[in-house]
Amino acid sequence: MRELLLCPPDYYGIEYEINPWMSVAHAAEVSVAQEQWKQLHATLSKFCKVHLIAPQPRLPDMVFTANAGLTVGRRFIPSNFRHKERAGEQSFFAKWMAQHGYEVDWLPEKLYFEGEGDALFGKDVLFCGYKFRSDIQSHRAIAEMLGCLAISVELVDPRFYHLDTCFCPLPDGSGFWFPDAFDEYGQRAIREHMTDLIDVAPDEAMHFSCNAVVIDRDIVLPKGAPQLVTKLQARGYRCHELPMTEFIKAGGACKCLTMFMPQREKA
Amino acid sequence: MFSETIELRGHIIDSLILPKVLDQILTHGGNFKITEVQIGRKRADQSFARIEVSTETGEALDELMLRLRQQGAEVMERANAQLAPAPANGVFPPDFYVTTNQQTFVRFGGKEIEVTPAIINSAIAVDRKKRSARAVKFFDVKRGDEIVTGHQGIRVVPVQRATTHTDPFQFINNIVDAEEPKSAIIREIAEDLRRAHNAGGKIAVVAGPAIVRTGAGGHLVRLIEGGYIDRLFAGNAFAAYDVEHALFGTSLGLNPDVAIARGGHENHLRAINAIREIGGIAAAVREKVLTSGIMRACVQHDVDIVLIGGIGDEGPIPGVTTDVIECEKILRDKLGDVTHVILLATLRFSLALGAFLANNVKTVCVDINPPAVERAVERQPLQSIGLVTDVEPFLRELADCLSGSKVNQ
Repeated sequence: MRELLLCPPDYYGIEYEINPWMSVAHAAEVSVAQEQWKQLHATLSKFCKVHLIAPQPRLPDMVFTANAGLTVGRRFIPSNFRHKERAGEQSFFAKWMAQHGYEVDWLPEKLYFEGEGDALFGKDVLFCGYKFRSDIQSHRAIAEMLGCLAISVELVDPRFYHLDTCFCPLPDGSGFWFPDAFDEYGQRAIREHMTDLIDVAPDEAMHFSCNAVVIDRDIVLPKGAPQLVTKLQARGYRCHELPMTEFIKAGGACKCLTMFMPQREKA
Repeated sequence: MFSETIELRGHIIDSLILPKVLDQILTHGGNFKITEVQIGRKRADQSFARIEVSTETGEALDELMLRLRQQGAEVMERANAQLAPAPANGVFPPDFYVTTNQQTFVRFGGKEIEVTPAIINSAIAVDRKKRSARAVKFFDVKRGDEIVTGHQGIRVVPVQRATTHTDPFQFINNIVDAEEPKSAIIREIAEDLRRAHNAGGKIAVVAGPAIVRTGAGGHLVRLIEGGYIDRLFAGNAFAAYDVEHALFGTSLGLNPDVAIARGGHENHLRAINAIREIGGIAAAVREKVLTSGIMRACVQHDVDIVLIGGIGDEGPIPGVTTDVIECEKILRDKLGDVTHVILLATLRFSLALGAFLANNVKTVCVDINPPAVERAVERQPLQSIGLVTDVEPFLRELADCLSGSKVNQ
């Protein structure tokens, strides 16, 4: 059974603005957010073992555990957050992972890297997003640490500032994505290394449809992408559509709220 | 040309980072040369590329580096030039760097600065505050000036041969011998001068006395009247013979307009005396004493006249600079913005001026003496044309082409 790390949204809220979705004037409804998170937790618990890390005051975005780091086998590579607002999360995640038996492997401090948010395996390739949050140099370091092929793709639309907001690989080597979030070279590189990609329509991409958690044939994704869901169902996937409105206000959804432990057994 | 060396590492082939970086260099007006590339053999192996990136301006390079850094390019740290203070006025520190006439850059404070002017046989003085680098002669240097020593932090950019055959200076075999045809080449030169003139280039003529003595003065006057000459460099004798011809019809006693003529050898001294008496060439034109000739044409068409003295000069004519160091300073100043130089029948001045010409100045040398042409051309191998010929037919043909009667033949 796959294992996941989630963080309850006890301190979640829009307290600063570090992406185009966030507006302190446009607050998340606390009770609705809690309800939405509980639904996600319940859904994922059906086919995964879910671990919880204790939320911390003044770290509202800690709820987005995908950005804690990248876990491969028993190795955990903690993130180096670009924004100081999130930098405080690093020590809590690293400590928790170490306490749970993971070997913590640090990147050089000067390299920005935001974990699974910008690093997703598709078959045997680690796709890595760069520019808004992670540096391309961090990809090289991770490829060296893990001994894998890392394909670096440039993100060009600030609304899709992490790779997991616009790209979701599927276990069979295919995936779904929003191509306009990438530059021309990134699009070519992804097409080169993946098969049968499903292009997500712009209006559905805006509902964070690519921000999905894929567990074998089950896909947990935000509500608002009927065309995508139809296509995925046609390929034999079971889609679990959840309301995510209160987290989208902070630029996150299902996948951002989840970190795989590990994402892969081996790179 | 400003340049930096960058290195790319990682899965730069599979991620298409290498082609992206090369495309970005080209689309932002830069150029590149891949100096080393290692492609990973196994799937997880990373690749490596070292690329020399160059742009026309320092600002363009800074902007490009900013973009390329975002793509993971690491800019190679280069060593700064070493500097030492000049120990005394007119003395360089030991091991001072000696310039060529090629475009040269010196690196200090982590940035490259172009050395100006690009003249041979100088040292390089650096002003850190102004962030400037000057080519300096002995007479320029003051005690304590910071002078570049050794070769570290120096980059020399030789002129590249053009890859298209549109520039006569780069595809004509340097020297056209006496027995070779010249009309076609003179037409090409005329076209190049016309283009330069229309594009705001500065054309200088370095004139030897043979121009006057062979009767070619009128052709040079036509070029001056056509506005093709911006500056005239010559010696005392050239000016004296031109004035003598204007006043007495002879030059050094010979009348170039008559097949067999006898004239007074003393005429040129009388001519010099007349100019000295009236106070100078410009005054002589103003007072209508000088009513014809090259000097008059220069005054009337605002051509800058630079007269350089030498031992044995009679007079000299007022306006001739006789102090050697002063002459060098004037030559450097007056040649700094020149784009084309036509050296006409004067080995002595051709060589003296050559020391102050940057390697991108296009040079035409015309002399009847082959070694004189060879010596003038050898300094500018990719930017010069030499013609072994009497100066009179050359100037006649050139003036014909530029005055319209021989264009587009």
